[in-house]
Amino acid sequence: MELTEAKVDSKIRVKKERSIKKVRIIERIATYALLVGLSIVFIFPFLWLLGTSVKPESEALTFPPTILPKEWKFSNYQDVFTMVSFGKYYWNSIIVTLMTVVGTVVSSTIVAYGFARIKAKGSNFWFILLLATMMLPPQVTMIPVYMIFSKLGWVNTFLPLIVPHFFGSAYFIFLLRQFFKTIPKELEESAYLDGCSTFGIFWRIILPLSVPAVITVALLSFMWAWNDFLGPLIYLNDDSMYTLALGILQFKGALIISWGPMMAASVLIILPLIILFFVGQKYFIQGIATTGGKG
Amino acid sequence: MNKSRTFLFYMFILPWLIGFFIFTAGPMIYSLYMSFTDYSGLGAANWVGIENYKKIFSEDPLFWQSLWNTLFYTILGVPLGLVVGYLLAVLLNAKVKFMGVFRTIFYLPSLVPTVASSLLWILIFQPDFGIANAVLSFLHLPTSNWLLSEEMVKPALIIMSLWGAGGGMVIYLAGLQSVPASLYEAAELDGAGKLRKFWHVTVPMTSNVIFFNLIMGLIGSFQVFTQAYVVSSGNGGPNYKSLFYVFYLYQDAFKFFKMGYASALAWILFIIILIFTLIQFKVFGKKVYYEFDE
Repeated sequence: MELTEAKVDSKIRVKKERSIKKVRIIERIATYALLVGLSIVFIFPFLWLLGTSVKPESEALTFPPTILPKEWKFSNYQDVFTMVSFGKYYWNSIIVTLMTVVGTVVSSTIVAYGFARIKAKGSNFWFILLLATMMLPPQVTMIPVYMIFSKLGWVNTFLPLIVPHFFGSAYFIFLLRQFFKTIPKELEESAYLDGCSTFGIFWRIILPLSVPAVITVALLSFMWAWNDFLGPLIYLNDDSMYTLALGILQFKGALIISWGPMMAASVLIILPLIILFFVGQKYFIQGIATTGGKG
Repeated sequence: MNKSRTFLFYMFILPWLIGFFIFTAGPMIYSLYMSFTDYSGLGAANWVGIENYKKIFSEDPLFWQSLWNTLFYTILGVPLGLVVGYLLAVLLNAKVKFMGVFRTIFYLPSLVPTVASSLLWILIFQPDFGIANAVLSFLHLPTSNWLLSEEMVKPALIIMSLWGAGGGMVIYLAGLQSVPASLYEAAELDGAGKLRKFWHVTVPMTSNVIFFNLIMGLIGSFQVFTQAYVVSSGNGGPNYKSLFYVFYLYQDAFKFFKMGYASALAWILFIIILIFTLIQFKVFGKKVYYEFDE
C-alpha cells in the first residue's frame, strides 16, 4: 500500500516538473518572439535610412518602398560634400561640441566636488537652488541671454554656444556629486595627513576614482551639443557658421528634397554618436542608471 | 578652520555661482520685467503693464492653439512613452541570451539627433511613397497624409517620439534590477502569479524611477520644438496644428521680434510647468517608494 502511494506521489511530482518545464520553454519562446518582433519594428527605420542613402532619387520615391536599391548609388555620400558645405558644417560641429565637452567636464567636476565634500554654512541652500534650476524652462532666460550675447557682439560666433558650458550645468553637477559621495572619506583624510591640499585631493584622488562618471558626463554632453538645434538656430546666421543640425536642412528645400544625399548626410551625423556609444557603452548605461535611480 | 572651509567651498562652486547669476537669476528678473514691456529687440522698452498678458489670454488664438497642441502631445505622448519604455525594460530584464544585443537595438533610436530622426520620419510618413502608408495598405487599413494632415500631424509626432522611448528604458532597467529577489520569493510563497507579482512587487518597488521619468518626460514634452520645426519647415503647419508652445514663443521672439510678448509667454509656460509638477508631487509623491532616502 505504502509503496504504491509513494510511487503515485513521485509520478505526480514528475508530471508537475514536466509541466513547469513546458511552461518555462513556452515562456522563453514567447520572450524571444516578442524581442525579435519588436527589434524589427525598432530597427526598420534605420535599415530604410541606410537603404535610401545609397538609392538613386528615382528609387527613393517608388511605391511600394524597397529596402535594398536595385542600383546602388554610393556617390550620394560624395554629393553630400559637393551639394552643400557639409565638410564645413562637420568641422563647426566638432569644434562647438568638443569645446562644450571640455567646458562641461572641467567646471562641473570642480563644482560637484565642492557640493559633495566641503561642509560649509550655506552649502545646503545653494544645492537646493541648483536643483531648482533644473525645473526652470530655458525659454524663460533665453531672450535676456540672447540680448547679453548680442550686446557683446557674439551673435554669429560659436561663443554663445560654448561659453555658458564653462559655468557648470546643474544636471551634471548633480550626477557627479552623487558619484563623489560614494567615495570613502578615509581616502581623503589620510591624504590630508600626508599634507595634500583640497585641490590636490580632488585632482589626485577623487578624479582618478571617478573615471566612469566623468566619461558618462562627457558622452552625454557630447550627445546634447551634437544634437542641439535651437541654440545654433538662434545664434548662427551665416551658413558658413552652421553646425550639422542646421546644415543638413539645406538639403530640404521648400518643395524639392534630395532624399538620397540627405539620408546619406543623416547617416554621417549619426555615425559618431553610435561609435561613441559602443566605445563608452559600459560606463554610459551605468552612469545614466545611477542618476535615474537616485531621482 | 571653519571659516577657511567656507571660503574653500565657495571657491569650488564659484564657476556655477557666477553662471547662476549671469545666465539664470539675472535673466529671470530681466525677463519678468520685459514681460511687462513692448520691447522689440531694438530701441527702448516701454512699460505697458499687464497688456501682454491680457492680450495673450483674450485676443491671441495662436496662444490657445499652441497650448492645446502642446497639451495634446503631452497628455497622449508622455503616458504612452512611459508605458512603452517600462514594458520594454521589463522585457529586457528577462534572463535570456543575446540580451546585450536587444538592449542596444532598443536604445539606438534615442541616440539619433532630433533633426536627423525628423528627416527620416518625414520620409517614412510621405503620403505617396512612405513606408507608413505601405504598411497600412498592406494590412488593408486606410492610409493617411500624416504630417500634411491637420488631424494626424500630432499623432504622427507622437509615434515618432515613441521610437525613441528606449531612452527612458535604461533608467527603468536600473530600477528593475535593484528590486530584491527575496520579495519575489516571498510573493511566490504566498501563491502570487506572474501578473500579481508584477503589480504588487515590481511596479511599487520601481515607483521612484517611474516618477522620475514622468517628471522629466513632462518637462521635456512641454519644450518640444525641433521635430515640429523640421517637419513643418519652420511654420508649424498644417494650419498651425504642429505649432507647439515653445515653437510659437520662438517665432514671436526671433521671427517677429516681439521680445516683450515672448517673455510673457515664457513666464506663463514656467507657471504651467510648475503647476503640473506640483500636482504630480501631490498625487504620486507620497505613493512613491524611495530606497535611497538619505
